[in-house]
Amino acid sequence: MEYIILITGLALILMGLYGIMYIKNIFRIVIAFALFDTGINIVMVTIGYLRNGMAPILDKMPTEGTTPAIVDPVPQALVLTSIVIGLGVSALMLTYVLKLYEDKKSLDINSFKDLKW
Amino acid sequence: MLKKILILFLLAGVGLIFFDLFQSYQSASELTTTAKYYADNGAKEVGAANLVSAIVVTYRGLDTLGEVSILFVTAAIISFVLKHKPEEEDKNRVIKPASEILNTATVFLTPVMIMVGIYIFINGHLTPGGGFQGGAVIASAVLLIFLANPKFHLNHSIIAFVESISGVAFVVVGALGLIMAGGFLDNRILGLGEFGTLFSAGALPIIYIFIGLKVGAELSNIVGILAQEQNIKN
Amino acid sequence: MFIIIAIILGVISLVGGYIALTNPKLSVGIIATGIVSLVASILFLLLAAPDVAMTEAAIGSGLTTVIFFYVLNKIRQGNA
Repeated sequence: MEYIILITGLALILMGLYGIMYIKNIFRIVIAFALFDTGINIVMVTIGYLRNGMAPILDKMPTEGTTPAIVDPVPQALVLTSIVIGLGVSALMLTYVLKLYEDKKSLDINSFKDLKW
Repeated sequence: MLKKILILFLLAGVGLIFFDLFQSYQSASELTTTAKYYADNGAKEVGAANLVSAIVVTYRGLDTLGEVSILFVTAAIISFVLKHKPEEEDKNRVIKPASEILNTATVFLTPVMIMVGIYIFINGHLTPGGGFQGGAVIASAVLLIFLANPKFHLNHSIIAFVESISGVAFVVVGALGLIMAGGFLDNRILGLGEFGTLFSAGALPIIYIFIGLKVGAELSNIVGILAQEQNIKN
Repeated sequence: MFIIIAIILGVISLVGGYIALTNPKLSVGIIATGIVSLVASILFLLLAAPDVAMTEAAIGSGLTTVIFFYVLNKIRQGNA
């Protein structure tokens, strides 16, 4: 199961990378960034997965000398942070898209040539 | 043309790296050293049933502090860039009122949604959930109000008050840990209590409540700025 | 059993990603991104990560989609 999910995550990262570099519409570039973000989160959680592991929520205090059969909680904590920051980054990029559109009345990336040389 | 070929080459290279990563991936059969330490001692040292909460709030509490600051800066930049000028508002614009069902549902659902959000972050150390999820639920309640009434004006002084008070309280509780316990954001300034009950895990639920209020205020602020009825300049 | 669910969800999310990048309508693309996030939250649940699944469902799938739509709406109003 974890192999299939890993393939899904890696394919989503590749799709997002393709979209960021290839697509001309700046609004769709933000969508590609969101896909990229989702793919990275899936890959990170998959790497912490332990076969037959349970969710890292204990129902009783573990007895001395035994390790509870749980999956790795560290990547999950990092991904929790990453998702919330992903929303902030998306909102910030969309704000700039709005401002750029206000300036040039176009969503095409090729119409923004001010700093191009 | 050259650009497209370069992009294809780059994608193929990244794909090759990913293929190699996939081939060498072995699903782990035992925890790494750090994770094993958390699994063995996390419940004893922190007293929280949910180990993810324990890591987010105490072991990696500094990361969370930085993350909340990033969210604050993001909200500040968005409200700076999309400055709202009330005098430019088009008073004659007629907004079609929302349907009866949406209006009634908003009145009944908003308090329930806010209560669920508070429940989620108060029980963050026992069940899945915590400050971020509860804050997102509170922001969804604000979003529902905006859907029903697009002219709703979010009171910015309340948002700013909640956000700054909870931010300061988060740092103060963290600094108390420096004086009374082992270090910054140490939750043992209060007794650990009985494992698995609501009043356990020391100061962890208190810190998570402040994180939840702060995240909820910030996300509501972002939604409110983007939802306000303001046309872009023509 | 879980393997079949994972295959189905993986195919859904890849098709959703393809639609999000290629469909000429931006609104369809936004909805497809929301579906990819929702499917990802079920995948997190399969990977024994309920905390992450909750966050992804509430933030990644709910709030992000709505913010995209608000900005798209503003761009359309400016166009008219």
